[in-house]
Amino acid sequence: MGDWAGYLTLILQGAWVTVELTLMGSALALVVAFIAGLGRISRHAWIRWLATGYIEFFRGTSIFVQLFWIYFVLPMTGAELTPMQAGVMALGLNVGAYGAEVVRGAILAVPRDQHEACVAVNLTRFQRMRHVIMPQALPLMLPTFGNNAIELLKATSVVSLISLSDMTFQAQVVRSQTGSTLMPFVTILLLYFAMSSAISFGMRRLERRVTRGLDGVR
Amino acid sequence: MEWDWDFAWSIMPTLLAGFRITLVATFLGAIVAAVLGLVFAILRRSANRAVARTTGFLVEFIRGTPLLVQLYFIFYVLPDLGLRLPALAAGVIGMGLHYATYAAEVYRGGIEAVPRGQWEAAKATNLTTRQTWLHVVLPQAVPPMIPAMANYLLAMFKETPLLSAITVLELMNQAKSVANSSYRYVEPMTLVGVMFLVVSLISVVVLRWLERRYGRISR
Repeated sequence: MGDWAGYLTLILQGAWVTVELTLMGSALALVVAFIAGLGRISRHAWIRWLATGYIEFFRGTSIFVQLFWIYFVLPMTGAELTPMQAGVMALGLNVGAYGAEVVRGAILAVPRDQHEACVAVNLTRFQRMRHVIMPQALPLMLPTFGNNAIELLKATSVVSLISLSDMTFQAQVVRSQTGSTLMPFVTILLLYFAMSSAISFGMRRLERRVTRGLDGVR
Repeated sequence: MEWDWDFAWSIMPTLLAGFRITLVATFLGAIVAAVLGLVFAILRRSANRAVARTTGFLVEFIRGTPLLVQLYFIFYVLPDLGLRLPALAAGVIGMGLHYATYAAEVYRGGIEAVPRGQWEAAKATNLTTRQTWLHVVLPQAVPPMIPAMANYLLAMFKETPLLSAITVLELMNQAKSVANSSYRYVEPMTLVGVMFLVVSLISVVVLRWLERRYGRISR
């Protein structure tokens, strides 16, 4: 066990990859969620269909299948991707599809009379979204977004299967080199738990921030 | 690379054999999850604070860590501690345990959604604890749980490809072995995707029906 410090460094390097994947995946997921979520309630039927197709496809198959498809099948059509790019893409598109439903649900949950009031005071569609609907819809989205971010963090472990050296991958490396199983896996379980706790803590803080001043409204 | 229908048809039997294992794993995992979830939900409501707290932490821990790592833990660590499990059993226990924590929340939500007045009325009419649960609480708590449970069943079904990482020969693993031996990835991977998509789309229709029939749990 003298080399344990060296192996721990290996796992921590993996932890950094996991953090990177989570951050980049979440950023992509957030963008995609808003585009698809707004697309789902668009005025144009073809945009609605496109968004629905995307959402149903990515919610209907698992992240695992999508990742393998992106990593193994897409290159054959000419789009060469590094494991990191494939990982971020699969994570972002998958969780983005779940997020899109959250965005849509939250916007539809804003009472109808708010929309009507905006029309009455002659706001443009953009102003209506930006100043009236979104400030009320955002607090509704945040708790579920927090859960989605944790799901994304958990899903990052799957990228170890396309040989991206994240935390789970490094734990497997340590296992095969030392034959020790308990140490690497307990270590990464604790690290994953610490990360997901950090996400839920951060989300609660954020939630308190955006709901400030909305007491009278809801 | 071109899509080859002959090749696609020739690998179908292998994929369907894997699909059968996928269904078996989902079914067994669901039973484990339903039973363990109830245990978690009851322990969390326990009057003993220590038991309730410990269960709460355990549930949070399982929910906060990836299923894949939990599967590795069961598959690689437990044998070192003297408990050797076949891959499928390890997978079913891992998935069941993971989803039990989600099921526990559904049970909790369902039970808490039964109005206080119902409990008080049961007490007022002198029903025993058993009678209260069987005839008053559960008949009202269970129907709203059904759509939520079906949702997690579908989620679990979609997570079964993770079992391939611990050598269970389910759909994904069959597809990978076909792909590795023939160097053709397009057909097996796409067919796996299509199979999952078909089952999911059918399930979504069933889910919508369940939601209309039993209503959804309000959180």
